[in-house]
Amino acid sequence: MKSHGLFSRVALVFGLVFLYVPILSMVVFSFNNSRLVTVWDSANSPTLRWYQALISNEQILGAAWLSIKIAMIAASGAVVLGTLSGVALARFGAFRGRALLAGMTTAPLVMPEVITGLSLLLLFVALEQTIGWPKGGGAVTITLAHITFCMAYVTVVVQSRLVGFDESLEEAAMDLGARPVKVFFRITLPLIVPALVSGWLLAFTLSWDDLVISQFVAGPGSSTLPMVIFSKVRLGVSPDVNALATIMVMVVAAGITASSVWMRFQARRRERDMQLAAAANL
Amino acid sequence: MPRFSAQFGRRVVLGIPTAWLIVLFLIPFIIVFKISFSEVRLAMPPYAPLFEWADGKPVAVRLNLSNYSFLFTDALYVSSYLYSLKVAAVSTLFCLLLGYPMAYAIARSQPTTRNLLLMLIVLPFWTSFLLRVYAWIGLLKSNGVINNVLMGMGLIHEPLTMLQTDFAVYIGIVYSYLPFMILPLYSNLEKHDPTLLEAAADLGARPVTAFLRVTLPQSVPGIIAGSLLVFIPAVGEYVIPSLLGRTDQLMIGRVLSDEFFANRDWPVASAVAIFMLGLLVIPIMLFQHFEKRTLEAHK
Amino acid sequence: MSKQPNGQSRGAPYVRIENVTRKFGDFVAVNDVSLEVQRGEIFCLLGGSGSGKTTLLRMLAGFETPTSGRIYIDGQDMSGIAPYDRPVNMMFQSYALFPHMTVEKNVAFGLEQERLTRDELRRRVGEILDIVKMGQFLARKPHQLSGGQRQRVALARALVKRPKLLLLDEPLAALDRKLREHTQFELINIQEQLGVTFIVVTHDQEEAMTLSSRMGVMNQGQIVQVGTPTDIYEFPATRFVADFIGSVNMFEGKLVEDEPDYVRIRCEDFGGTVYVNHGISSAPGATVWVAVRPEKINIARHPPVPPAGVHQPDAGQGENVVRGTVKEIAYMGDMSIYLVQTESGKTIRVTMPNVARHAEDRITWDETVYVSWHAESPVVLTR
Repeated sequence: MKSHGLFSRVALVFGLVFLYVPILSMVVFSFNNSRLVTVWDSANSPTLRWYQALISNEQILGAAWLSIKIAMIAASGAVVLGTLSGVALARFGAFRGRALLAGMTTAPLVMPEVITGLSLLLLFVALEQTIGWPKGGGAVTITLAHITFCMAYVTVVVQSRLVGFDESLEEAAMDLGARPVKVFFRITLPLIVPALVSGWLLAFTLSWDDLVISQFVAGPGSSTLPMVIFSKVRLGVSPDVNALATIMVMVVAAGITASSVWMRFQARRRERDMQLAAAANL
Repeated sequence: MPRFSAQFGRRVVLGIPTAWLIVLFLIPFIIVFKISFSEVRLAMPPYAPLFEWADGKPVAVRLNLSNYSFLFTDALYVSSYLYSLKVAAVSTLFCLLLGYPMAYAIARSQPTTRNLLLMLIVLPFWTSFLLRVYAWIGLLKSNGVINNVLMGMGLIHEPLTMLQTDFAVYIGIVYSYLPFMILPLYSNLEKHDPTLLEAAADLGARPVTAFLRVTLPQSVPGIIAGSLLVFIPAVGEYVIPSLLGRTDQLMIGRVLSDEFFANRDWPVASAVAIFMLGLLVIPIMLFQHFEKRTLEAHK
Repeated sequence: MSKQPNGQSRGAPYVRIENVTRKFGDFVAVNDVSLEVQRGEIFCLLGGSGSGKTTLLRMLAGFETPTSGRIYIDGQDMSGIAPYDRPVNMMFQSYALFPHMTVEKNVAFGLEQERLTRDELRRRVGEILDIVKMGQFLARKPHQLSGGQRQRVALARALVKRPKLLLLDEPLAALDRKLREHTQFELINIQEQLGVTFIVVTHDQEEAMTLSSRMGVMNQGQIVQVGTPTDIYEFPATRFVADFIGSVNMFEGKLVEDEPDYVRIRCEDFGGTVYVNHGISSAPGATVWVAVRPEKINIARHPPVPPAGVHQPDAGQGENVVRGTVKEIAYMGDMSIYLVQTESGKTIRVTMPNVARHAEDRITWDETVYVSWHAESPVVLTR
């Protein structure tokens, strides 16, 4: 058993190193003064010049802002729609069209993005032909596309949270006179908020990061951040991209650390409360 | 009228997402399907309509199968499909070989470290996919980090060509999809009963045997779920082969994109997409079947 | 102390379950059940798991719809009426307290639908929490309460709306023994104080016997017998009921004499004859079962002699008595349980109070003893 555990633990360490070396190398080289990103210019490094370049790069800033806006709307839309379909799949039992809804909400999880992107663009073109909208794409089409593929992820998160949810709470509420709508908003929703939050964050990340689908459905004049980055890096490494990457990693790391600290604090407080109650007895 | 409002409420909850998905998911596929049968035109949109209308009634149907036959006869497509399947399969295998022991180690670790480890696995996922793939360019290129380190240590004298090879694509896919392999495997392995292994040892089985006969068979659903989660999207991958992959042999995602944007041949692009979908339909349905099973097991 | 049977007028039944069946596909969970519950009663549905009692309760609450049949509460047909529109409230087995709300909010939840002023609402909530003695825990959340406290909040929440009918699903199952006894009496007191009709579902016979004014025994989706606890215990209608409630000795035998005021049954089971001093409706030669409760059996070192002056109606010599050997004794302090094996191999269970304090005086293992019972003790069962 010992040797066995050793092998998997070595693999774990190797895997973690494998996961983090690229990220760390990006961070390190973002402070490198050389344009040849990976050749360390020890004379002039570390430097913040790429960060300064980043701040004054209109194209990148504009694209980043557009991406944030789209991601926020898309994440919110995905959460609303994903919650509705998650509720339907988890609570409505067998209904006509269940297989259809279930299929449509899980397929995007694995569907190659080129297929999704292509199909959505063809839809928008056909729409433009028949009803004259949308004209040439733009942020709207990107947002609609993102909501569609992000809601699949939110559905899965919400559905699995609801399936494990104690139904007797909802029954108790109904028994006490609350109509289904009130039960959902007063009982179910408050208790699945963590799932909704993580669903929102997941959708936000997926939308913010999406390249392929955006490329297909974006119109002229709307470039999201991934699109700008992609066109830059096709030509090779670019140090301001390293700076951007570092900023993103820092933000994400800070967010995750903060949330796990918060959750541990909550868990410890709960445990303390329960111990007090048990000690009091009767 | 309580009954009525409950029914109405249900219809609304069901109807909204279903309607949305039908319009924005199902119908697009039908359109792709339809266009794959039409001819390319120098127009906007660049394809011929399928039906010829006169007096509001369709009089002629132009069903063009040449796009599909094109797929089979042109060497570019055949080789791209096969290449994509091969790359996806090999990458999935490597991902499994690395991901399984990692998931295993996490499942057997102490509960306190476990959460930390899971967080470490998932954290890269929250940073940009594009940027992380980009990071590998910096590592793998001729004057990149790996070559510089190896040359600096005197292990090699000429830089290794690692970029724009199959190898780079494997690394890229394994790197990006590793969390998708680890998480389903972990959630399966975590539920295993450790006393089963103790019983096996008590009955005389060596650790390797116990693993092969007890742990591995139980973890098969996790292996399948993780592998499908990696394989299916990997077949149609675009970003990784574009940034890290070969220029002489393209994966099908690139082909589709080029057909669409560069050649403006929408019908052929559609045919490529439909055929890709056809190849993947069985794995996709397998995946949905397993999704359903895992959810029901939770109940 | 058990609940006194309700002496209120036998008017129209408060709850009427009429030929209710519930099927899940091919599986019949509740099979053509008809039942009437009077106002102000505590009625217990007693049964094992799978007996259908919980399904029946859920149909009363409105969470399940009968496949056929109707349910009337206070004369009103409940068909098609959703749980939130019924004058019924339920106390769940898991209590189902809303974890994100305080005790006060939990209890107030049900009153929010009724148009009360804030003061009125607060008064009602305070009132019911005082009745269950949880008045000082208003601001606590469920995870800050112990099991017994949560149960009382759940009860308060279900009662605050003054429902016509309160349904309780295994109310005492999650409590430890001491708490259970205490809570049983509290439940009865609260019920008397408020006058609400209770229907309790349980698998615990002790609970059912203590709480109910009347009870119904369920088996495989059907109600097998309805009556007061005494009725059910002393006059079981079937072998199932006799065996399900308490302990019983069951002898299989043939009816050899069938007269209006006595019967004789020949039991090869233990190799003897049973004389019962009342008639039964059956035919001579029929196979019947004789049920005798352990506490009704006497165990002694010598065969019984009818005491002088006491009229032992017509039992012959050697009837209602068996010889055997004491195989097991369980000493319970106040009484002992003896397992006596007859010569024919049948084991008879006898309970006797420990009148003799000294060990030498008490019957011990491997002794030859005579177990006997009075002619009116057995219950003869034909099914």
